[in-house]
Amino acid sequence: MGNLFTGYDPNRFFDEMFASPTEVRPHYERLFERYNDLTLGEFDRKRLVADNSFLTQGITFTVYNDTEGTERIFPFDLVPRIIPLNEWLHIESGLTQRISALNLFLRDIYHEQKILKDGVIPAEIIHSAIHFRPEFMGFNVPKDIYIHVCGTDLIRDEDGNYLVLEDNGRCPSGVSYLLENRQTMKRVFPNLFSRYSVQPVDRYCEELLNLLRFIAPGGNPEPTVVLLTPGIYNSAYFEHSFLARSMGIEIVVGADLVVQGGYLMMKTTKGLKRVDVVYRRIDDDFLDPQVFRKDSLLGVPGLVEVYRRGNVSLANSIGTGVADDKVTYHFVPKMIRYYLDQDPILPNVPTYLSMFDDDRKYMLEHLPELVVKSANESGGYGMLIGPHATREEIEKFRDAITKNPRNYIGQPVVQLSRSPSYISGRFEGRHIDLRPYILFGEKTTIIPGGLTRVALRKDSLVVNSSQGGGSKDTWVLSE
Amino acid sequence: MLSRVADTLYWLSRYIERAENNARMLDVNLQLTLDATILNHRYTQQHWESIIYSLEDTKLFQELHPDITGETVVEFVCFERKNPNSIYSCLCAARENARSVRELISAEMFEQLNRMYLDFRSGEAQRLFRSSSYQFFQWALQGCHLFQGIADATMAHDEGWDFLQLGKFLERADRTSRILDIKYHILLPKEEQVGGTIDSVQWFAVLNSCSGAEAYRRQFQGQIAPWTVAEFLIKDASFPRSIRFCVGSLDHSLHQITGMDRGDFLYKVEAERLSGRLLADLSYVTMDDVFGIGLHEYLDRIQLRLGEISKAIYKEFCEWLDS
Repeated sequence: MGNLFTGYDPNRFFDEMFASPTEVRPHYERLFERYNDLTLGEFDRKRLVADNSFLTQGITFTVYNDTEGTERIFPFDLVPRIIPLNEWLHIESGLTQRISALNLFLRDIYHEQKILKDGVIPAEIIHSAIHFRPEFMGFNVPKDIYIHVCGTDLIRDEDGNYLVLEDNGRCPSGVSYLLENRQTMKRVFPNLFSRYSVQPVDRYCEELLNLLRFIAPGGNPEPTVVLLTPGIYNSAYFEHSFLARSMGIEIVVGADLVVQGGYLMMKTTKGLKRVDVVYRRIDDDFLDPQVFRKDSLLGVPGLVEVYRRGNVSLANSIGTGVADDKVTYHFVPKMIRYYLDQDPILPNVPTYLSMFDDDRKYMLEHLPELVVKSANESGGYGMLIGPHATREEIEKFRDAITKNPRNYIGQPVVQLSRSPSYISGRFEGRHIDLRPYILFGEKTTIIPGGLTRVALRKDSLVVNSSQGGGSKDTWVLSE
Repeated sequence: MLSRVADTLYWLSRYIERAENNARMLDVNLQLTLDATILNHRYTQQHWESIIYSLEDTKLFQELHPDITGETVVEFVCFERKNPNSIYSCLCAARENARSVRELISAEMFEQLNRMYLDFRSGEAQRLFRSSSYQFFQWALQGCHLFQGIADATMAHDEGWDFLQLGKFLERADRTSRILDIKYHILLPKEEQVGGTIDSVQWFAVLNSCSGAEAYRRQFQGQIAPWTVAEFLIKDASFPRSIRFCVGSLDHSLHQITGMDRGDFLYKVEAERLSGRLLADLSYVTMDDVFGIGLHEYLDRIQLRLGEISKAIYKEFCEWLDS
């Protein structure tokens, strides 16, 4: 009588659960016992409960393939990813170090630019970064915090080392899935939690609100905080609504806000009411049609001027995109040494910059072996995975790199670690990554774990939901 | 409270109430056509026509369907997505509104609405209708009642709640007037007497579709007469679907929102003045007056005045959304 693990083979990859086909890693043993007892029928019922719970709660994203738009749930895999405490402490200290350096870097870039003058980072990289906002040179952001909320993507290589793949310092999304995944997992496998001591994740929204209040203008102890969303048709709307609800703050669209007398106001049934802090989930480009994109209907005319006067605070600050440019990414370990005088705890993936002649030469000679990414695209777009690419795709990128060397980086293909995932009737290994969410305020808070994304397509290394990715609950053990 | 949110809650509530009342209207006709043994085909036909007339959707209906039949009317009022007032469309709109104010309504309210939406989306509701139209209408009614009940039991009764009440009672007043008006469009067969068997059956069905049979009987001890049914649905002070009751509740919620005392006919905003005036009219009008003006004309005027109140509400609380 087989079970769901029958025939499971970690293969040549680093498997989170199995050290070998017969050897379960110690922190997965209790999970293995529980899941090994399940029949396919029982497991399917649990999957149905989980999927229904996402669907009725409206935890969906919209796929526009017909006029009405179909709402899909983000596939949820019921095998959790477990991180032992010692590994987590290592990750946590590495991320804390990294976010500190990134914020010092942004402060420097928008003021003295010492790091450029000292030749640690070539000035041309910053000046050519599309998300660099020279209009904000010399501007002091509240509490000197630029990136308040950061989602840093981590992967594990063939040996299980944690590496940083990229930082998302503008409007990282996904944290609501992390929180809902935990709720769902508790509903579906209540007894499993009693076998483990799993660190809770539910303080995230409270900490986020603390952070948003911390940056209020003039140290106002009772600030009005709002979340600015592009609206209900945005694919991340569920998350915006979820966060606003969990924090008990208003969720607003641009049309709810107006600038009057140098302040940002919201239109209420009792008149205009001042807004102090905006957790904005729209990009810089759309914030204020008077300053950025003139065609933006999502933002508020005059908002940037209010921000400049210090009458409203924004999280994240304007212009943080220069730090999560994939070319800047290459220099983060150098930033850590430069600003903190420390060795980086979490290494980067080795990266070639095609703007450097030697690197470009190497990249063009080795395209079929490399991952090539454009500097400012996300969601798994603008990316070449050499070993899986067709000849035409490779030539297209060769052309693009030659024409615009500033805009590309190359990295060796890292075989991301794998985790057992449910695939039609049994568990199979699928590649995963990890996006922890970092809150940088009065103190740095990292919610234990993060969002584990899984590439559900066989052999795929792309975990993005737009490319067939799903997610898993992520457990950090407290002992 | 954000003006946009107030407007969204108001309409969320109107859509739910509209969906519920559509189910009620069709249910009344279903009951009537079951009595078709005493009605010939022509009169059955008239019942379906009366629904389309009273909903004022004739033009759109004719664009979609060449003939008014039971089937086409039911399809149009229940499931047609091109009809913005169909039950399905109302639920879609209500859910869309609910999605944008989830921070104000309880999770249970959203989930109830979402479940109904998903049942339409998956075809479950349509299957239920095909197997039993009666059960489908019951399901729709109960789903809407459940939403109202959950709202009452789980949502803070604050300003947002008051806007939900405004929408609910304004829509309900309007819909009760339309249900009552159906009777105007249904002509009695020539040989039938006013107050005769068929007339009574029709009036009773109208009463039933407002869930008013029990409350009515306690007031009027069994006798189903046109005047008293109309009086009950227009003027009763305690029946929660009578037009007067709805306008009274609307007026109350408006005063809650503005913080204005309701005694001595006080008002602060135009919407309150209009609702107070309509309430006074409904309270002091006599049925002789109503039938003197003509029932249909009287109901028409009420619908117009409700429309004015709705406009005044928007102007007072939400007008700057357009600027």
